[in-house]
Amino acid sequence: MKEKKYDILPNSELKAEDRDLFCDARPVPVSKLNKYMEKLVNWARANSLWFLAFGTGCGAVEVRPLMTARFDAYRYGIAGRPTPRQSGIILIGGYASVKTLKRIIRSYEQMQNPKFVISLCSCSINGGMYFDSYNTINQIDKYIPVDVYITGCMPRPEAIIAGFNKLKDRIKAGNAEGANKYAENFDYYKANQKKIIKDWNMPDYNW
Amino acid sequence: MTTQIFIKIGYACISIAVMVAYGLLTGGVMARIRARVYGRYGAPVWQPFLDIFKNLNKRTAISHGMMFYLGPIFRFAGGLGTYLFIPAVFGSVLFANFSGAGDIFLVMYFIFFGQLGMALGAGEGGHPYSGIAIARGLAQMSAFEVPFALAVISIVVQYDTFSITEIVAAQQGGILHWTMFTNPLATIAAFIALLGMNMQSPFDIVIAPQEIPIGPPTEFPSQFLSMLQTNRGLFLVAKLILFMNLFYGGATSVWILFLKTFIIYLANLFIGVSFPRYRIEQAIKFFLKYPTIIGIIAIILMAMK
Repeated sequence: MKEKKYDILPNSELKAEDRDLFCDARPVPVSKLNKYMEKLVNWARANSLWFLAFGTGCGAVEVRPLMTARFDAYRYGIAGRPTPRQSGIILIGGYASVKTLKRIIRSYEQMQNPKFVISLCSCSINGGMYFDSYNTINQIDKYIPVDVYITGCMPRPEAIIAGFNKLKDRIKAGNAEGANKYAENFDYYKANQKKIIKDWNMPDYNW
Repeated sequence: MTTQIFIKIGYACISIAVMVAYGLLTGGVMARIRARVYGRYGAPVWQPFLDIFKNLNKRTAISHGMMFYLGPIFRFAGGLGTYLFIPAVFGSVLFANFSGAGDIFLVMYFIFFGQLGMALGAGEGGHPYSGIAIARGLAQMSAFEVPFALAVISIVVQYDTFSITEIVAAQQGGILHWTMFTNPLATIAAFIALLGMNMQSPFDIVIAPQEIPIGPPTEFPSQFLSMLQTNRGLFLVAKLILFMNLFYGGATSVWILFLKTFIIYLANLFIGVSFPRYRIEQAIKFFLKYPTIIGIIAIILMAMK
């Protein structure tokens, strides 16, 4: 992966006086470490999964029991982290309305590389029962790169833990490079996002 | 002379490394004990190490400015300073640190230094939750400082010295020589202050996880966070060692140190898992009422002896 040059984003939807409050740098893909170090780090990443505890849809209701005595996801190194700055995973909890999508993008972009996306429920895969709704998006991976899908309406906590374990395998194999993918195809994702979000009153990249 | 200085620095580095590892492991063990109380199995005991290693190797980290950079550094300096001026093991050269250079008031200053630095750094992050948490943290800090300072003054009056090494030396020769038995009131006042210092329930409003996500470090990503987490291990051990030295007879070997600090923290944890959370004004009122009165009585008793 080659690092791109520092590119300035226009932030054209922001008011002129607000523009210097926000960063205008493009995200750049960051190259991996050397082979063995990257393997070691990936092992640590896979065993310390901090997910953003931000309920974006009805599927999030099945995320709460993960932390209770019955399912106890802490055993696998999975823990909720309430701030996007520190978490490595964003859980898309089911259907995403256009209004929620905006928040999802903001949160996702604030997370630090490497970051992973797990998408719950049928709705975020193909629209589910909201497939013809006027304000619900059908496919989440047009807007952010998804690592693991967990189907169901809604998936049980066991299924979510299985999904986390699937993500662990992906991370250990070195395939979970969503953040770099997002940076490389930034224009594609941004165009898709702007097509669907009409009131775009935030910077082009929410660092 | 130069050789001696380098040897001293080498010893200090070893002692810091041992204590950081011990502190993080204790944190992991305590998290597991807490999980068992809640009926869970909990994360593995080495989870803190993994978290730090992962955060250290994040590929990007954002910053909000100079003070934001310095916040975790001040916090870490606070932890280091606290630890380095406490004699960890009584009579040991390796774990003596720089205890000849400072006394208990220097250590007390260092305990609060880190918090102030962190307040400035987290303030520049600009997150509203950080701001709320800092206001609460500083308020609670000034509240529990009162009983803690009173307890310290009481034992300074009792032993007639400011030097931690001499305070430990005066407690040698059997369990009944410990401050815990010779000055129980000061021990009680300081123990309640320690609950506030360790932010155990009922005094965990500063980091109140369900309310203001995680308090001051809300905006700190990646390497900043790993620095803060490392400091959490070291600072925890430093506080526990200080308490062990002042009230529980110090330690003559590093194994006794591990045992005693573990038990002190376990006692802390038992109270932590048993009580709900005070609101900030309730916490301040509590600190300024019962522990403060106990501390004053402890001073008067010692002064009359």
